[in-house]
Parts: sequence; C-alpha cells; structure tokens
Amino acid sequence: MTDVLLIILTISLLYMSIVNRLTTYLRILVLQGLILFGTTFLTLTEVNMVNLLLIMLETLVFKAIAVPWFMNYIIRKNHITREAEPYLPNFLSLLIVTLIIVFAIILASFIQDKNLDKTFFVVAFSTIFTGLYLIVSRKKIITHVMGYIVIENGVFVLSLAVGNEMPMLVNLGIMLDIFATVLILGIFFNKIGDVIVDPDVDLLSNLKDN
Amino acid sequence: MIVLFLIAAILISCGLFINRSRWVNYLLVSLYLVLLWGFGVYECFHLNQTEYGFFKSDSLGLLLLLALCVIAVPALFHSSRYLEVHNIDETPHSKGLFFGAMTLLITACSMAYLSNHIAVTWIFVEITTLSASTLIYHHRNLRALEGVWKYVFICALSITFIFIGILFLSLSMKKAGIEDMTFGSLYSNRYKLDPYWLKFSFLFIFTGFTAKLGLVPMYTAGIDAKDIAPAPAGALLSSILMNLGFVGIYRVYAVLAHTPLQSWANVIMIISGLLTIFVAAVYMTRIKNIKRMFAYSSIEHMGLVVLGLSAGGIGVYAAILHVLLHTMVKPTLFFQYNQIYWVYQSKGIHDAGNYFKYNKAGAIFVLLAFFSITAMPPSGLFVSEFLIFQSLFEAHYLLMLIVVVILLTLIIWGFGSNTFQLLFKPSANMDESKIPHISSWESFSQYALLAISVYAAYNPPAPLVELINGAVGLIQ
Repeated sequence: MTDVLLIILTISLLYMSIVNRLTTYLRILVLQGLILFGTTFLTLTEVNMVNLLLIMLETLVFKAIAVPWFMNYIIRKNHITREAEPYLPNFLSLLIVTLIIVFAIILASFIQDKNLDKTFFVVAFSTIFTGLYLIVSRKKIITHVMGYIVIENGVFVLSLAVGNEMPMLVNLGIMLDIFATVLILGIFFNKIGDVIVDPDVDLLSNLKDN
Repeated sequence: MIVLFLIAAILISCGLFINRSRWVNYLLVSLYLVLLWGFGVYECFHLNQTEYGFFKSDSLGLLLLLALCVIAVPALFHSSRYLEVHNIDETPHSKGLFFGAMTLLITACSMAYLSNHIAVTWIFVEITTLSASTLIYHHRNLRALEGVWKYVFICALSITFIFIGILFLSLSMKKAGIEDMTFGSLYSNRYKLDPYWLKFSFLFIFTGFTAKLGLVPMYTAGIDAKDIAPAPAGALLSSILMNLGFVGIYRVYAVLAHTPLQSWANVIMIISGLLTIFVAAVYMTRIKNIKRMFAYSSIEHMGLVVLGLSAGGIGVYAAILHVLLHTMVKPTLFFQYNQIYWVYQSKGIHDAGNYFKYNKAGAIFVLLAFFSITAMPPSGLFVSEFLIFQSLFEAHYLLMLIVVVILLTLIIWGFGSNTFQLLFKPSANMDESKIPHISSWESFSQYALLAISVYAAYNPPAPLVELINGAVGLIQ
C-alpha cells in the first residue's frame, strides 16, 4: 500500500511538469499532502502515539490544507494570472522530469543497503529534483514557492525512510517545513504582493553588479 | 552556563524588540555585550567540556566565539551610530527591531559555533536566516524586498540541503549501528560509517553550507544581502555568519578526514574553491558598487580557505588563521563604508573621489585596509595566504597555484583601481556644503581591529597557536 501511494506521488510529479494553471498546481500539492498523510500512517509503525499524531497533524493540516489555502488566497489577493508561464515547452518538461525519475532509479540500483527501502529513495530523490527543476523552469515567484514545497515533500519522504529509528529527524523535518514555509509565505510574499502587481522574477532583477 | 546565556540573550532580544525608549535600548545593548563577553570568558576556562550533551567548547568553537566577541562590540557601536545620527527616518520601532535581530544573530552564531550535534547546528543556522533577513529588510523598500526575498529563498533551499545531508548521514549511521549523532561520536566511529551514504551526506551538507560560507554554488544570496543590509549588519554577515558556514563544513569534513573518502571530499572542495575565486575575479574587475566589491572580496577569501583545507598540511592551520584574520579585517571595511556613504550619498564608485579631502582619518584607513584585505605585507592576511600557497605548493598542486595567483592578481587590480579612484580621483559635481563633518574617532575601532589582525599574524600569542593547533587536530 505504501508503494502504491509513493508511486501516485511520483505520477503527480509528471502531471505537475505539464500543468499550466496555478490552481491545478495547488490541487496537486493538496494531493501530495494527503499522500504523505497516508504514507506517514502506514510507515511510522514504531513511533509513539503522541509523536505520530503530531506528525500526521502536520502533514494533514499544514501540507494538505493550510499552505495550499494560503497560496490560493495570495493568488486571488494579488490577481496573479492563472498561467504558470514556463520557460520551456511542456513536452520538454515532461521529458526532463521522466529523465530525473529514471536517473533516480538507476542511482538506487547501485544501493546495497538492506536498511533502506529503495522506493522511498527513488521517490524522495525524484521529488526533490523535480522541485528544483520547477524552480528554475518557471517564471513566477509563486511557482518558485510551489517548487520549494515540492522539495520539502521529497525531504519528508526521505525522512520517513529513517523515521522509525530516528523520529527526531522527522520532527526536525516538520520544523523545517513550518519554519521555511511560514518565513517565505507568511512574511515576505505578502509584502511582495503589496509592492508588485503580478509578481514574476523579472521584476526582481535590480540588484546588479554595476 | 550555555543555557543561561541563551535564555538571557533571548530575553534581551525580546526586550529590544518591545522597547521604545532610547536609553533602555542603550542599556540593553550594553548588558548584552557584558553577557556575551562573560560567556566568552567562561568558555575559555571550560575548554573541551561538554554541556548538556549538545554543546562543547572545543578549540575551533572557542576561537570563533572569541573573534565574534571582539567584532560584536564595534558592530553594535557602529549600528547605533548608523541608526542614531545619519538616518532621520528611523523610528524607535525600527531601531528596536534592528538591535533585537542583531543580538539574535550574534547569539545564534555563538551557539552554532559551540554546538556538538549536527541537528543543533542546523537549528541555529535556521535562526540566523530568520534574524539576518530582518536585518536585510531594514529599509523596507523595493530593493530591500528583492534582496531579502532572494536571501530567504536561497537560504531555505540551503537549510533543506543540509537537512537532506543529515538524513543521509543518519542512513550511514544506521548501517553502522550508531545512534548518537554528536560530532564526538561521529569522529570516534568514522571508520564504521557507510561510505556510500557518507559521500551523499557530505555533498549535500557542503552544498547547503556554501550559502553561509559564500562559495559556489550558493554564494549569490549572500552578495545581495551584504549589498542591501545596513553596513554594520553587512559587516556581521561577511564575518561571523560566514564563519558559521566554515564551522559546519569543517566539522563534517573532519568526519571524513581520516577515511578513504578524504581525497574525494578534497576534490569537491577544490572545485568549489577554485570556481569561487574565479567568480570573484570576474566580478571584481568590472564592479562599480563599493559594497558589492567588499562582498565579492569575502567570497574570494573563503575560496582560498577551502583550498587551504583541501591541500592539507600547513594549509589547515593557515585556513583557520585566515578565517580569524578575515573576521577582524573585513568588518572594518563595512564600518568604514558608512562614512564613505555619508560623504557621497552613493554606493557607486563613479560618484566618489578625492576622499582624502573630505575625511582624512577615513581615507588613510581605506588605504591601509586595501593593503590589508588584498593580503599585501604588512597585512596580517599575508601570512595566512602565504601559508595557504605554501600548502598548495607542498601538495604538488602547482598548476592550481598558478591559476589562483593569476586570479588574485586580477582581484587586486580590480580592488586597487576602485580604491584609488575613491581616494585620489577628483570628484565631479560634489556639493561640499552638504558633506557632514566626520570626526576621526569614528574610525578608531577600524584601526584597532587592523592592528589586532597584524599583531595576531606576525606575533601570535601562545594560547592562540595552541587553540588553532587544537582545531587542526580534528582533521590531522
């Protein structure tokens, strides 16, 4: 069952690479949050109850509800156009994300570690690098933030792989999630919206070397 | 003691955030400095003692903590000058926010230096990002917003990378059956760790910390941040915050140091260091913004530091000495920059010139600082840079040495042409009636710091050498 969820997560990455509308990105983020919620429940069987509840609460409330809702609010408030405006054509994006996944599988085939479930590694690795790819290939600042959240989801999958032995690391991962997302979204994106209408990265290019 | 310091420092920071009275502000800042120095002295007498399992004042941490104590005094002094005298737009609220963030940054850095657990270091790295972003956003205009957005985004990525590195490290420990993640345990079990995961771990942690240390690939955020942040904050960003990156990389490198992976890690660091010096050289030759020039000069020095580390031998000693001396010298340039800005009201070198006429003490200092930061004798950095070159020579990296020397020549040329333009070129369109009088005592702390750097390099006190050797002992 865990494998099925993780594979759906990977498929959502492929879908993400060809999506055009910002609201669809948000829906995929919600889906990923729900998948992580389910995976947490199925994977962390050896963690104590209070901690498990805390982790599941974070994935459900934070990843699947609060962050997408808040981003939706920002998009509406700042009247951001609904297109993602990628630099590259969608077909090429799909190809690149597929290559990332293939690369992750090849890399995982070299691992000879019985302690690690390779599915976790492949999914985490491809999610992290797809997130990075989304950041460099999209024009809008809001899609950069979405790319960052995809990276965080990948990191969370990786932390689940060691979660039973070291629950502290999963908690640290949650701290990273909350800290970075609140810092990025809560404080500054609001401010950017106040100053710039329809923000994209071209507007943030005044700091130069001469 | 360390928890007491942390609690007291956080309380003072909160007090500074809330407070609106000018005199209470001075009082709290002075109290903080007394606390910081008290903490530094306490740790001197408790070398190599573990506190609460998560903190240990080892030689490296102590050295950087003491350097931080020295820099904190002029940094807070110049901050108050910056906010009080020449910025009429400041409100009690903005001042409180600035000092609160600055004390929080200093506290988080000192905690991270002494941290004995990689996850604890990581938490304090997060706090430095938070406090540094408040400092960068101080002026609350569009450029500050752009600077802070880039900084926060890159730093968020960098802490994510460090976290991924920690996860890989935990995988490597899991295979070896180790559960204790303190550095001490990692050092003693370094041969048992699984090399496959350790490689991944080093790669990610190194990449993450490059955002703080200012190396390729993640140096960019730091440059914009130092440009946009008020100069006293820029001074801290280019000294104590870069040292935080150094501590992180050094401690993780020490885990790999005696294993067969060391040469592999050296290759990674050499590539990063060389590219960093190359980037610095490319920008320094054409740069026209004085503050960014200082920022690029910082990353050049950090590039040299990692080259020294990876060359080994005397290079490790030289790298630590270089970091310490750079911590003394670089902030002085940022402190001095305030005075330059007060005279010309511009960051651009085109608007500057004839500085000797307007601020003699400052101009003489700029000249001395130019020699000092470009590591020309009698600069203190000359000693450490020479030792780094020696280590590269001894490690038979001759070609690399030649490339580095050529790049450094370009950097000196770029730095020199801008500095001499500032000092000697006749300045056009200057309305001399608007230039404020700058008394020479404002440059005192800068002269003092330069003097300390020269003294520490040419006549190092025995305890300093002992501490550096203690830190070198982690690797060799």
